[in-house]
Amino acid sequence: MSTVATAHETAAHTHEEIPFLRKYIFSTDHKVIGIQFLFMSLFFLLVGGLLAMAMRWQLAFPANPNAGFEGRPLPGGGLLPETMVAGGVMLPEFYNALVTMHGTIMVFFAIMPLLIGVWANYLIPLQIGAPDMAFPRLNMASFWMAMPAGMMMLASFAVVGGAANAGWTAYAPLSVMPEYSGVHLGQQLWELSLVILGFSSLMGAVNYITTIVNMRAPGMTWFRLPLSTWALFITSILLLLAIPVLAGGLIMQFFDQTIGTGFFKPDDGGQPLLWQHLFWFFGHPEVYILILPAMGFVSDILANGARKPVFGYAAMVWAIVGIGFIGWIVWGHHMFMSGMNPMLGGFFMVTTLMIAVPSAIKTFNWLGTIWGGNIRFHTPFLHAISFVALFVIGGLSGVFVASAPVDIPLHDTYFVVAHIHYVLVGGSLFGIFGAITFWFPKMFGRMMNEPLGKIHWALTFVFFNLTFFPMHMLGSGGMMRRLYDPTQYPHIAQYQDTNIFITYSALLLFASQFIFMFNFFWSLFRGRKASENPWEANSLEWTAPSPPPHGNWGDRKLKVYRGPYEYSAPGASADYLLQTDPAQGVPAPASH
Amino acid sequence: MTIAAAAMDRGTSSFGVYNVKLGMWVFLLSEVMFFTGLIGTYIILRFANPEQFARPGEVLNVPLTAANTFFLICSSVTMVKAYAEIERGNQQGLKRYLVATALIGMLFVGIQGVEYWKLAHEGFVPVAALYKAVGRHAAEAGEAGAVGAAVLGGPLYGTTFYTMTGFHGAHVTIGVLCLWFTVYQAYRGRYSAQNVAGVEAMGLYWHFVDLVWIILFTIVYLI
Repeated sequence: MSTVATAHETAAHTHEEIPFLRKYIFSTDHKVIGIQFLFMSLFFLLVGGLLAMAMRWQLAFPANPNAGFEGRPLPGGGLLPETMVAGGVMLPEFYNALVTMHGTIMVFFAIMPLLIGVWANYLIPLQIGAPDMAFPRLNMASFWMAMPAGMMMLASFAVVGGAANAGWTAYAPLSVMPEYSGVHLGQQLWELSLVILGFSSLMGAVNYITTIVNMRAPGMTWFRLPLSTWALFITSILLLLAIPVLAGGLIMQFFDQTIGTGFFKPDDGGQPLLWQHLFWFFGHPEVYILILPAMGFVSDILANGARKPVFGYAAMVWAIVGIGFIGWIVWGHHMFMSGMNPMLGGFFMVTTLMIAVPSAIKTFNWLGTIWGGNIRFHTPFLHAISFVALFVIGGLSGVFVASAPVDIPLHDTYFVVAHIHYVLVGGSLFGIFGAITFWFPKMFGRMMNEPLGKIHWALTFVFFNLTFFPMHMLGSGGMMRRLYDPTQYPHIAQYQDTNIFITYSALLLFASQFIFMFNFFWSLFRGRKASENPWEANSLEWTAPSPPPHGNWGDRKLKVYRGPYEYSAPGASADYLLQTDPAQGVPAPASH
Repeated sequence: MTIAAAAMDRGTSSFGVYNVKLGMWVFLLSEVMFFTGLIGTYIILRFANPEQFARPGEVLNVPLTAANTFFLICSSVTMVKAYAEIERGNQQGLKRYLVATALIGMLFVGIQGVEYWKLAHEGFVPVAALYKAVGRHAAEAGEAGAVGAAVLGGPLYGTTFYTMTGFHGAHVTIGVLCLWFTVYQAYRGRYSAQNVAGVEAMGLYWHFVDLVWIILFTIVYLI
């Protein structure tokens, strides 16, 4: 029964012309959905960056004549309504909205979809040897929930009262009391948008887990999976269990805002601290959701660039599992200053420091992977090795804030902003750039321009560090987060030159991304045609055409003989060995 | 058979559980986390403000809800019977028991709805500003709704009650809609002894909803 049905289905798809709408808009093909997420999230990455530029302008040039700072009008401020920018000067309420929306859009609509919506969808079936996801229609629904959620989030800028302005962490009571925040509908749209996006991610997670568990090709055992797939698998489990808690909290916040319940309002017996617990119980696994996939991509790309197996593959797998597991019991480290019992703070400090161990194992193993390798410094490799360096810096600053006593002066300062951007931009975003440049040929059948890619990488690397490294000093010096006008405090006004330096660096960082944008779109149409396996890699996606057809391999039967990292294997004819290559003369490694 | 199912046939599956069933189990795991968040919130708020919560039976109608719980458990039994019937290939039995499950589900939601209406009339509402719960005993003594009547519990009581039972009720309602869809599919002859996936997944969801209710009933009505 099964083979006849499959052949019939494949025939139907090749012989009939699928209408444009079903093929590109309402597609159930995981590759099309992954590309849809790519375009959507790159757009939101741009929007998030624009918001940050506006923030940086205000921080560098606040209008504070009493302290001797004349300020400069916000470029483009004339286009914005008086409720946001009045006479060229940004209003504090709008600054708070910018801070909130920059964080929200970047985390939920740029980085999360870029790591998971794009790559879980695109890579998982291809790397495990499946024709598509377990639930293709659910997959389509997942994208078509995420898109409107993003539109809703953007629309919240246009409503009366403006966009949500209680921070991306939306702490109560500010987030539930419009009489304090001045925002009514904006905050409610924020809550609803994230509930819908959460649902989209949840449906995705169900799909990814089922697919990886059930649909691996013959011979594709668990310990022959590429680390990208492993990372996406563990990330999906984190999503599955964390998002519902956020959804519950958001719904409660929504009820507090709309129908007058009192979950988080002290007047009615509610507890603002309850929101913090609900949010951060989700929020901490969330940050591992934001880094683990990138770690997986980095492993695949470094091995490929160095022409060497990943050092300690099994340890890498267990480190991913360990990070995912321990990540559930550290959330209190976001709440050290909430008044908790210091003993409890001690517990969270210990668990948080423990997470440094599997992260360090991964870091040393990445170094071990490239050590003595015959390195090809292609653009993906440059991004991947930058990930390692910058993630280490972010991790080190994390050790400081993980220590509860040290966090006392550092909490809610720019030190934390430095930390999060080193791991989110230095880590996740560089990982994303690595992934896009690496898998672009597979997705679109064309190579990206290599020189342009290297220039983009170099400029991004330099300007990123110039922008965010000084923030460590600002934070240690006492500059608080979410601060509209740093010059109002003498102890921060002395650092205003640093703030201006950071703003210029940030503007240059933003401008450098246009090189990537140009490269991306130019290569879509004019890039050199890509072969099946332009990077000479081993995993299954490189045995399919570039780009793969619907169903990925047609009627071809796949069988997997080895792991994904057999670069420079003794006895092999080339310095790479496909997972599907039986290669009789080359012994498979002893374990697994 | 779909591409996915065919692939599963020739692939390496870890648990030997087909896609739809595994997918439903994974989804139910996420639902566990959702209700845990809601129930956890209730427990925290109740321990912090015990004076805002009335004793069992003062405000809520325990006997009626206990009967409702029994009905829901019966519907789980009929659901099991439906699955057993289609495993044996008995289409008539499948349809009969699916319809029974759906009807009992609707009865459950109906009784809940009536309960909500009566409670709201007494002033037991989720909205803090309107909360005036006077309770069943006060009502029996003839003081229901009277201005200045004793207020049993506080706003958090209504808030947490309606949030927890409301979301559960929403899940039951969605389950009932899915059950009717399953009935429709059954009448179209979509299920057989070889093709039980849809019924089994429906059953898993329905049992989960029942299990959550048993926990909720215990925590909210009896403790």
